[in-house]
Amino acid sequence: MTRYILRRLLEAVPLLTLITIFVFLLLQVSGDPLAYLAQDPRVREGDRALLRARYGLDDPLPVRFVTWLVGDDWRVRDCNGDGTPDCPGVTQGILRGDLGESIRTRQPVEVVFANALPNTLLLGLTVQVVVIIVALCLGIFTALRPYSAVDNVLTGFSFIAFSMPVFLIALLLVQVFAIQFRAWGLPFLPTGGMYDARGDRSLDELIRHMILPVLSLSLIQIAGYSRYIRATMLEVINSDYIRTARAKGLINRRIVFLHALKNASLPIITLIALDIPGILSGAVITETIFSWPGMGRLFIQSLEQLDPPVLMVFVLITAVAVVLFQLVADILYAMLDPRVRYN
Amino acid sequence: MAAIATLNEKKPQPESLWQMTLRRFLRHRMAVAGALMLLSVIAFVIIGSFFFTEGYANRVSLDRSMYSLPPSSDFIFGTDPVGRDVFARVIYGGQISLMIGITAVTISVTLGTLVGLVAGYFGGLVDSLLMRFVEAMLSIPTLVLLLMLSRSLAGNTSTFNFLGRDISITVVGIVLIIGLTSWMGLSRIVRSLVLSLKNQEFVIAARTLGASDVRIVFVHILPNCVAPIIVTATLGIGGAIITETALSFLGFGVQQPTATWGNILDRARQQVDELWWLWLTPGFFIVITVLAINFLGDGLRDALDPRMRQN
Repeated sequence: MTRYILRRLLEAVPLLTLITIFVFLLLQVSGDPLAYLAQDPRVREGDRALLRARYGLDDPLPVRFVTWLVGDDWRVRDCNGDGTPDCPGVTQGILRGDLGESIRTRQPVEVVFANALPNTLLLGLTVQVVVIIVALCLGIFTALRPYSAVDNVLTGFSFIAFSMPVFLIALLLVQVFAIQFRAWGLPFLPTGGMYDARGDRSLDELIRHMILPVLSLSLIQIAGYSRYIRATMLEVINSDYIRTARAKGLINRRIVFLHALKNASLPIITLIALDIPGILSGAVITETIFSWPGMGRLFIQSLEQLDPPVLMVFVLITAVAVVLFQLVADILYAMLDPRVRYN
Repeated sequence: MAAIATLNEKKPQPESLWQMTLRRFLRHRMAVAGALMLLSVIAFVIIGSFFFTEGYANRVSLDRSMYSLPPSSDFIFGTDPVGRDVFARVIYGGQISLMIGITAVTISVTLGTLVGLVAGYFGGLVDSLLMRFVEAMLSIPTLVLLLMLSRSLAGNTSTFNFLGRDISITVVGIVLIIGLTSWMGLSRIVRSLVLSLKNQEFVIAARTLGASDVRIVFVHILPNCVAPIIVTATLGIGGAIITETALSFLGFGVQQPTATWGNILDRARQQVDELWWLWLTPGFFIVITVLAINFLGDGLRDALDPRMRQN
């Protein structure tokens, strides 16, 4: 097993290198990160050039890539253009643990992520828990009564949910629960941020602010998960060993929850493990609509103002998470299912 | 001899593959409903364009009293914050959105099929290089990849002339971006099919007869991969339409003045509460269209390849 894990991790190195180079090149052709300074009348042309030199934006492409990897504290640049090298590099590069500095906020990149990540995890994990609980109930219920009225209605709903862009669901929810409820004089829900604008930072307020984003993220996922759980449960319920259990006279509840669910849960657990890294990249659209200060909104803001140091780390984090959780899913599968062995 | 001839005439013609497929498809009520729904949306965006010109749909009004009007008998879907008729924009936006969906899928299906065929048939180094590349693409969340690629489109106002219409150049950008980021799934499906097909007797027979690699791949193997390709393509159109609307909604999609179902919604983002008609109307058409496509794809899957049927 250890050998297997080591081999998989080693295999991930070229993959991550490929992604790094690809994203690095993509960001280099995306434009000038300091373009926004050109519109600012307070910034003098000379300062702009100084800043460009300090960030190494005028270096040749390979030099910039090496700088990103191992830093530039081993060389001295000519910042003011007088021909003599005068500003020593300060970065250490990502391979030496220096993630760099955000051009947008001038904060260290790790601080930027430390602010955004917990908020996204709070939202994403809540959604995941809600989705799993609701989808398990719906999936098992409909698997036990396939093609019943309830099942058909849920099939219809999931078809509609699959066909809906997430922002449409979010906008609908806002329209109903925030705007119409307010117009009708009912208690309505807030539509943006994590806490009250007046500074009320209680748990109550947080939960009120989470309801709409959680709902809009959950609905589509519930549709997908419940269909999947229904399909795997149906497959298991029609197998021989369940018929044997029935024939032996076991009570139905025991058969369903102990015998059937145990086997059906294998592919479900894999699915969940594969979906977890998706949480890290944040819900770009939902976080934007509800101004949730998480990873998705950080990504959009960094993209709008082009902040390469943040974007590079963002893509790396998500790619590492995808690779890791694929491995986790495979290991879980091997641990839970004695028929599967990796050598 | 005559007896044999009459025997042959009396014998009912066996159903061809396509007749069988058509019969299975027509039995699938939802799929037929989906096809009809899709046809009516297409008819709507085509017939509608005879009543309004694109110039009218894209004309920004200087009269402030025309801005952000709620639905009325004059403008049945209301007007947007610069006084354009949302009804006309939904019609022209629909044409662009559907066109984006179809062309983007053409690109992604061509690419996915080619990569899958090459990787599966030739194997070895080519296969592992291509599959590592697919893995790398799949390790970046799709929306993140899409947004990073489409960033350069924001604010681009140049247009090109297509069939006498001025269309934003960003339409081409979006088509390429969606097409180039959505082929990986299909390439894996095709590759695994090719792997199981390439050592079967009919392929070995063709090779023994001296058929070239190109002929084997395109004449003998490709036709056996058609079912999943058609299904993926159909469902992919719906996915591409949703992707386009999501990108446009975030402001990284097709730029003004060209309308799409996505960028009609864009302005609603800032004023969700006041301008409900601005997102409800295109939203309705998006859902109807994608729903129809999903029904259609589901029916095609059952009809073309009963083995792929999912519960």
